[in-house]
Amino acid sequence: MNIATPTFEWLQLAPVLTVLLVACFGVVVEAVAPRAYRFVLQVSLVVLGLLAALGLLAVNYANESVGILAEGAVALDRPTYLIWGALLVFGLLSILLFAERKLDNGVSAFAASAASIPGSVSETDSSAARHEHTEVFPLALFSLSGMMVFASATDLITAFVALEVMSLPLYLLSGMARRRRLLSQEAALKYFLLGSMSSAFFLFGMALIYGYAGSFDYKAIDAAVFTPTYGHGLLLTGAALMAVGLLFKIGAVPFHNWVPDVYVGAPTPVTGFMAITTKLAAVGATARFFFVALGADRWSWQPLLAAVALVTMIVGVVLALTQTDIKRLLAYSSVSHAGFILVAVVGATVATTSNYTSSVASIIFYLLAYGFATVAAFAVVTMVRDAAGEANDITSWAGLGQKNPVIAAAFAIVMLSFAGIPLTGGFIGKWEVFTAAWQGGYSWLVVAGVIASLIAAYVYLKVIVSMFFAAPAEGVSVGKAGLVTLVPVGVGAIASIYLGIFPGPVMDVVTAASIFLR
Amino acid sequence: MTVPWLTLLGLVPLVGAGALLLPIKELARYLGMFFALLTAAAGIGVAVLYTGGASLAEKVAWMPNFGTWWALNVDGMGLVMVLLTVALTPVVLLAEWKLDSVGRWTPQAFVALVLLLESLSLYTFLAADVLLFYLFFEATLIPMYFLIGGFGGAQRAQAAVKFLLFSLAGGLVMLISVIGLYVYSIRVLGTPSYLLGDLAGMALPTDVGRWLMLGFLVAFIVKAPMVPVHTWLPTATEQATPGTSVLLVGILDKIGTFGMIKFCLGLFPEASQWVAPAMVVLALISIIYGAIAAIGSSDMLRLVAYTSVSHFGFMVLGIYTFTSAGISGSIFYMVNHGFSTAALFLVVGMLIARRGSSKVADFGGVEKVAPVLAGFLLFAGLSGLALPGLSSFVSEFMVMAGAWSRQPWVGAVAALGTVLAAVYILLMYQRTMTGPVTEATAKYFTADAGPREKWVAAPLIVVILILGFVPGLALKVIEPTTQQTMSHVGVTDPVAPLGEEGK
Repeated sequence: MNIATPTFEWLQLAPVLTVLLVACFGVVVEAVAPRAYRFVLQVSLVVLGLLAALGLLAVNYANESVGILAEGAVALDRPTYLIWGALLVFGLLSILLFAERKLDNGVSAFAASAASIPGSVSETDSSAARHEHTEVFPLALFSLSGMMVFASATDLITAFVALEVMSLPLYLLSGMARRRRLLSQEAALKYFLLGSMSSAFFLFGMALIYGYAGSFDYKAIDAAVFTPTYGHGLLLTGAALMAVGLLFKIGAVPFHNWVPDVYVGAPTPVTGFMAITTKLAAVGATARFFFVALGADRWSWQPLLAAVALVTMIVGVVLALTQTDIKRLLAYSSVSHAGFILVAVVGATVATTSNYTSSVASIIFYLLAYGFATVAAFAVVTMVRDAAGEANDITSWAGLGQKNPVIAAAFAIVMLSFAGIPLTGGFIGKWEVFTAAWQGGYSWLVVAGVIASLIAAYVYLKVIVSMFFAAPAEGVSVGKAGLVTLVPVGVGAIASIYLGIFPGPVMDVVTAASIFLR
Repeated sequence: MTVPWLTLLGLVPLVGAGALLLPIKELARYLGMFFALLTAAAGIGVAVLYTGGASLAEKVAWMPNFGTWWALNVDGMGLVMVLLTVALTPVVLLAEWKLDSVGRWTPQAFVALVLLLESLSLYTFLAADVLLFYLFFEATLIPMYFLIGGFGGAQRAQAAVKFLLFSLAGGLVMLISVIGLYVYSIRVLGTPSYLLGDLAGMALPTDVGRWLMLGFLVAFIVKAPMVPVHTWLPTATEQATPGTSVLLVGILDKIGTFGMIKFCLGLFPEASQWVAPAMVVLALISIIYGAIAAIGSSDMLRLVAYTSVSHFGFMVLGIYTFTSAGISGSIFYMVNHGFSTAALFLVVGMLIARRGSSKVADFGGVEKVAPVLAGFLLFAGLSGLALPGLSSFVSEFMVMAGAWSRQPWVGAVAALGTVLAAVYILLMYQRTMTGPVTEATAKYFTADAGPREKWVAAPLIVVILILGFVPGLALKVIEPTTQQTMSHVGVTDPVAPLGEEGK
């Protein structure tokens, strides 16, 4: 008997492997390094590891090496390059926030001992001993590696495993807030329970699709859709169930209920990390699944996703309107952004030689603009503090423009980018996704999107008004943060403007990545 | 390599705004004025080049794959709007020389925002690419928002939000059309394009053209405040400083009427003719309603805002008469209204600076203690009511003549607007300036117009007089745009039936 050795493209997969390896190495550090050195070691590991992964990615990109890798499990194509690059960059920027210790009297945003019962003696003891959880760094890296695979998986099993690898560390990270620990633990439990349920849906859908196509491979599913033999109902049910799992991770209505609670409960750096990278990975996976595996059957899923996109945009912005907590506001805003992104997914527009508009490219551009704005936004959220820690109530943000005009201006810029005001990346992103939708024949969705944008604009304006035109709130100040916070703020704000004024170069790169490899 | 004059023109105030980020405190006003005057000089330079027949069009790749370019160009209408902008900005800076700080909202921030706004407005008037136009059209809202929200009355934050929401709503409706244009440019032309030159000749399906045109029109109607979407304007001007109001009404709102001619008529000739009857009625309603609301205003800043609503009615009316007198008159009106409203707002600002109130009832008998100020107000008012000899008379007459030649009744209703104009201006003058000197007037009006205030008023008065007596200066520049628009839309002036003339 002849057993072929499975091929494994080490070099092309090196960026993912690096992240995974560094994460494992981080665990080793936890085991062997003395407590005093762990923090420095972990932070340098993260920074060097992610930079190395980015470097390897750049080398591969320069060599234009593309292909379906690891026995048909992962596709390395141009969209993958961009999503991986974005994941690494945003991952690095938001994990930097984990390392901020200046803001809170020399301790990080994470609980001193997550296992101790809130309010117990052991909590007080470990707090007094200034213990800290440096495990958060490897955990975030594990999650990141899962995300990278999830976004590029071309095989349902791989996708599912990646989904779990990316989710499990996040459940844990959400429950580790130093302040308001019960809230944080509740959020983690909620996230975990709902997340497991959505994974179950995903798994069930996979089984049905396997029953239909006889394979987990996207290419095989695509072929089965082209030449159907039996059971279209099986395919539709399976796809719908899988969509539940995917839309849950994206945070689309009606699967968005976890978003506000988890965003509020989780430590803010984790929220920032989650808000960008999870969305990136999940949107990437969703687009790939629907376009590659189910592309031939798009008339079946387009109307359904169109409805989800519509409801997500409207519900997101309307609920954001009523929020009084900045993290909840950002949570609902992230729900609405999921809706705007889905608008482009629905359009399913493919670029042609004379017309470069494509859904994939517009989604990636939108996610870039969203990511830079989000990382800066959450970084600023960690900086605005009162005596009890972060001041998340919007009323306590009043008059921030007078206390620290630079930080307030940066926050205003990213708010404007969220709102899609011209000369920010958010506008170009919105324009892109809307053209993609209209090109795909969904002009009514564009009209709805524009209405949602108007409501959204009001949401963000309220914050700006409060920051610049209201009388300063008592007892709240902008904390003196270290570089690990200031760099994400600066990069996010400047990139938001840059993408708005000079979108050309980025657009060219993104446009080149408009087609998934099958 | 040719010099990109138009880009440089907009860049000068932008650099100025950037320079004002430096911590220079007291020097800010002087630096701002320097850049404003430099921009004015650049604007005059562009005018000289343009009248000399130089080709100023620029086109640099911005997102070429998506058919959108950094494309700037200037025509007669664009040029007069540029000149209006560069002329009003230094006047406004001079008028707001004594602006007080409100917390962190320092005069330095004011000057920087004004220069930023000037730069963005200039690019808006110069853009020859629809997406670029849209970008700057919306971007002008940001500095204006902070100008209203940062400096002025107690309710300024709410006024700023109201202004921004109205404008954004209009702008987003336009965004739908902008996206639609992109999609249809692919379907009709084969490749995406946002260049005005490409889009103007595009044959759109009739109903598509009408829908897209309506998207643009909604934005412009909100911008050039027409009844019933004008309500943000009185609120904004009541709360903002007079200088901000000048920029808002004198320059920014002109983008509305400017856009109607450049984009509605330019891109959708058929649809524009289709919508003309409705627009004429809407314009007449604005003229009459604005005038009546002005008569009823107890606040001078609101009053001036309502006169503008009425005047914008005239401008829109002129455009949709589709006569060369009407369109030329309308463009000329934009310029004249800019200067005369600026005069009115700034003089009212000088009165407020002394009395500390903008209520009509708080004044009385001012002309006896401050005759020069009263004279300024009278002159500005008379310019607002289009007294013959002042520039607005010419344009208002042209608009009415155009209207009359299409439909006599339209001209007649519009003429009613001028009668009402006399009422609101003269009533205001009578109530505030004449009569016995009230106690408050005697207490607060201790000094007549100072040298700085005279310097603010002088250039405006000179321009209004010159254009009143020699309107040909501006009309010569405007005429080609009018003729081009007329022929593009495919209309000719109505000819009076033979033999009826001179009966």
